[in-house]
Amino acid sequence: MRYLYYPGCSMSSSALEYDVSARAVLQALGAEVVEVEDWTCCGASAAETLSFLLSLVLPARNLALAEGMDGTGDFLVGCSACYTNHRKVAESVREDPRLLDKINAALSVENLAYAGRIRVRHLLDVLANDFGPEAIAARVKKSLARLSVAPYYGCQTVRPYSPFDDDDYPMSMDEVLAAAGADVFPYDMKAKCCSSALMTTKKEVALELVGNLLRAAKGADCIATVCPMCQLNLEAYQDDVSKHMGEDLHIPVLYLTQLLGLAFDLPRASLKLERNMTSPRPVLDKLGGG
Amino acid sequence: MTQEILDLTAPTRDRSFLEVIAPDEKLRACIQCGTCTASCASAYAMDYTPRQIWRMVQLGLRDEVLNSKTFWLCSTCYACTVRCPRGIPLTETIGALKRMAIARGIRRYKESSNFYRAFMDVVRRYGRVDELEMMVRYFLSTNPLAMIGYTPLGLAMLTHGKVTVGEGLRMAPRLVGMGGTGRLDALFRRVAELEAKP
Repeated sequence: MRYLYYPGCSMSSSALEYDVSARAVLQALGAEVVEVEDWTCCGASAAETLSFLLSLVLPARNLALAEGMDGTGDFLVGCSACYTNHRKVAESVREDPRLLDKINAALSVENLAYAGRIRVRHLLDVLANDFGPEAIAARVKKSLARLSVAPYYGCQTVRPYSPFDDDDYPMSMDEVLAAAGADVFPYDMKAKCCSSALMTTKKEVALELVGNLLRAAKGADCIATVCPMCQLNLEAYQDDVSKHMGEDLHIPVLYLTQLLGLAFDLPRASLKLERNMTSPRPVLDKLGGG
Repeated sequence: MTQEILDLTAPTRDRSFLEVIAPDEKLRACIQCGTCTASCASAYAMDYTPRQIWRMVQLGLRDEVLNSKTFWLCSTCYACTVRCPRGIPLTETIGALKRMAIARGIRRYKESSNFYRAFMDVVRRYGRVDELEMMVRYFLSTNPLAMIGYTPLGLAMLTHGKVTVGEGLRMAPRLVGMGGTGRLDALFRRVAELEAKP
């Protein structure tokens, strides 16, 4: 299967370990991944505060670039915020076709045109549905057996667009982790919000939100994520969160693709575990042969 | 939560507020059921709950709404939107409130509006986000001393290779425009022209 891949800003810098491990896992499953050339930022949650049209034009620019590439393939996104923004353009244009003219009037300064043709897919969707538990289980060399993993989906992976999973209690990551042999931790906070940019602008609220997520994962060996924003908020503030909540809430947080990489026994260089801000040591110890 | 009495006879009532914020008129269908508030992780810290804000928008209480903390506490998780029994695009409506507050230069919660502005300045300049430059711009525009509170995190991120100085230049040298112009200047300008048209 062939994918036109949009890494996005975070996965090209602070979350490079997600990018590298995602590519390695997809390659191990036999996918062909081609990066969209000359891509730019999707606007994150910031563009819509400046201009509604800009919040559509920025992702449309990337979709137009992908539509112009040779060969077929879905537009593949690993970051959930980038996913929602790109998907939003496709859905908005379908609802109101006049928007397409407006978007293209803007894109003409870049000599680009968006047709509204390409399909936007989240990496989790691709892993769970294009490959699926069977193909994943078949590739496992070192099972994640006895490792209790809390699957954290975050919000924008399944909301507001949920073509591949439930928007309130999703299960696709549970199935992928189970296929890799993991003991999936029952995690009712799995699709609650990580607080996103509030960690910078309203930290006292963000610490409470992340505290609730970490507290509900107590008892698991680690948390798995599929979004750079979720990963950062869950892993980088555990000292502050523990202080705020009045209990020790430290727990390793890994990208789903890093865990799959361990299960597939991929070269450690392609998992970049040293870049995680929580030590993966307890996870490696539990799996043995660290 | 303390009770507050809103003066519905105040001359500041803006009868066009609802139309400007929600031109598709869907917000008129709000039945005040409160599912949005019950679904909102940040509601506990808001001055008005989401349910109250929709009613205030309907009533045209523009200044009270735009000066509230409520919409700046929205982390765009879409829990309210997917659960709203009336199918109102609530998260998008919050976006419209943020836009209007910024456009009107409301400074009450400038730590939020400045963050988004710093983010978009960097996007316009490089086409991609240089996280370090974005954070520096943000703290300089709000409270430079607050940067000290984030120093341990910044250092931890540096040691894990998560931020590097001059990332924007390293990431995308050919994306940077010539002569101090931004990579996406033309696109941003064109969008502004199109939006200025009726």
